[in-house]
Amino acid sequence: MTALDLDIAHLLAGGLVLVSLLLLYQTRMSALLRVFALHALVLATAVAWQANIQHAPHLYVTAALAVVLKVAIIPAALFHIVRRLGIHREVETVGGFGPTMLAGMALVALSIALMLRVTAHADHLAREDLAFALAVILLGLLMMVTRRNAISQVIGFMSIENGLILAAAGARGMPLVVEISIAFSVLVAMIVIGVFLFRIRERFDTVDVHALDRFSGERM
Amino acid sequence: MTLPFDPVAAVLGIPLVSALLLAAVSNYRMAARINAVASLLNVIAAISLFALDQSAGRLLLVDELNIVFILLNNFIGFTTSMFSASYIAHEVETGRLTPRTLRFYHAMFQALLFTMNLALLANNIGLLWVAVELATLTTIMLVGLYGTEQALEAAWKYFILGSVGIALALFGTILVYVAAEPVIGEGLDAMAWSALVGKAAGFDPTLLNLAFVFLLLGYGTKAGLIPVHAWLPDAHAEGPTPISAVLSGLLLNVALYAILRFKLLMAANPNALAPGPLMISMGLGSLVFAALMLYRRRDIKRLFAYSSIEHMGIATFAFGLGGPLANFGGLLHMTMHSLTKSAIFFAVGHVAQAKGTQRIAEIRGLTATHPLLGWGLLLGVVAIAGMPPLGIFMSEFLVVSSTFARQPLLAIPLVAGLLIAFGALFLRLNEFSFGDANAANTSAASEPPRSSFLPLFGHLVLVVTAGIYLPGPIVAWFQHVAGLLG
Repeated sequence: MTALDLDIAHLLAGGLVLVSLLLLYQTRMSALLRVFALHALVLATAVAWQANIQHAPHLYVTAALAVVLKVAIIPAALFHIVRRLGIHREVETVGGFGPTMLAGMALVALSIALMLRVTAHADHLAREDLAFALAVILLGLLMMVTRRNAISQVIGFMSIENGLILAAAGARGMPLVVEISIAFSVLVAMIVIGVFLFRIRERFDTVDVHALDRFSGERM
Repeated sequence: MTLPFDPVAAVLGIPLVSALLLAAVSNYRMAARINAVASLLNVIAAISLFALDQSAGRLLLVDELNIVFILLNNFIGFTTSMFSASYIAHEVETGRLTPRTLRFYHAMFQALLFTMNLALLANNIGLLWVAVELATLTTIMLVGLYGTEQALEAAWKYFILGSVGIALALFGTILVYVAAEPVIGEGLDAMAWSALVGKAAGFDPTLLNLAFVFLLLGYGTKAGLIPVHAWLPDAHAEGPTPISAVLSGLLLNVALYAILRFKLLMAANPNALAPGPLMISMGLGSLVFAALMLYRRRDIKRLFAYSSIEHMGIATFAFGLGGPLANFGGLLHMTMHSLTKSAIFFAVGHVAQAKGTQRIAEIRGLTATHPLLGWGLLLGVVAIAGMPPLGIFMSEFLVVSSTFARQPLLAIPLVAGLLIAFGALFLRLNEFSFGDANAANTSAASEPPRSSFLPLFGHLVLVVTAGIYLPGPIVAWFQHVAGLLG
């Protein structure tokens, strides 16, 4: 592994954090979906690059899965839902974009400060990947908390998943990465299919987080 | 002793094959029967695990700790499948479920048993995670089965919180691997329980600490611990009642089992953070919070869902305290809670069907209108509240007395929480058992057939017996496992 190899891995993993920050301030549904596809593409590139420099061919499978499912199929399916339900309107957020972005930056700083300290003895590549992955995970959580719309929450969750796959790819020689990414994809795919089958359309159309507020008490 | 079949393969294979088979059976009565028979075979396979030499394979493992949970898992799976058969027959009559959704339901029921058995048998922290993730997925779909707005809402909430939980758990799992890899080397060994515990002393302690925090929060979400419990009451209240019984009785145990395994790992490293205080505070928090929440419940399933949070809190507290006595109490508590709580849900399922409502205010005077059901539920609630001489009393007594001996100050909130919960349950119990029967839904009252009481009273007999007399071999087994837990 040369210094350049590591730098490129660093660049790609850092790029994922950057796209996570981009996700935070997307206001239109279609833009949000496109940025998510970009997020998955950056992840796939990062994982493929690590497969190359770690000589771990099974990671190519993970990268390919990410491209097929999360760059192509899932965004397309969500586009379809959005179009059918006609929710092109702007996405509401809790608390506005300024504070959200500030919180996002604080989370990135926190995860990098924390992970670099904790992983002082770990492998160089794993260190960076874990730090960036934690940042992506926390940004995804932030997105799930600040968005009121169910599709944005799914996207937030999928960005968390991307962060986790980055972390798993960075851990040298970690087995079962492919199985884990498949299990995750099944979960997400089922939820997206569930949206069709169970006709949660009312929920996506009208009910946002307010529905959860209404429901947090007792069913009367 | 040699067996004509491989019990490990049977414990995993039977539910998996039955799930596939049930997906193809369209007659729901037939499917319910197949479901029960398959679950009975699971129990036999689980019992035959005892004849097996304790062994750790590459991916699967049978040892003293998980064998108890596997047996409990399949036993309650079996009794629930019997309860489910009478429950769904009524749901089809009232039109709440269609034969088509039932096909899905039965397949998912066995798939859930498969994933839980896999989680318990896994000798690999990655495989454990995959199994818990799949269990989450199947339960999300089962919770949303009724397709009503409330059920979908509950399933959605469960999906959001459950997936965030398992995401955190995966990050913790990766961190454990990163900590183990320099010591054990690359590959499957660095994720295997059997290899990890022996070599944990050499792991980087700070990395392990961080991993445990993520794992506790992640699997704690699945175990319904405060502050990540919010999905649990909704999921219990809106899903089909057999699923509430399985959620409370089994899935919470599986999550707590995962936490216990990681606690063992932490305990094996002298420089790592002691996992005790974290587990004690989450446990106590869950106990006290859930006990207070019991007072204002108006929905009967929600009431018992909060009671599950309370009892998982007690068990987590006991394991956090540690030591042979508290661990023994914790293990016994998990077992007794599973048996009692699933019995309560069996009774509640029939009650809600007979009365046509889950609202406590409308369920009154059960002992007068439905004597068998009313007294069964009464006995279950008396047991879950921790009245002597029933099983839960015994385990709570062990936990409380070992707290007094070791950390007397902690005993104050513990006892306070137990008493608050006790009061709330008796207040409600009095209402729905002895209040004036509501005229509106008494006329439609019909007791379910006698045979459907078998699972309910079977569990209650076990709980009562365990409170009075625990057979020596079981005590010895629990003592041994409690010793292993440190």
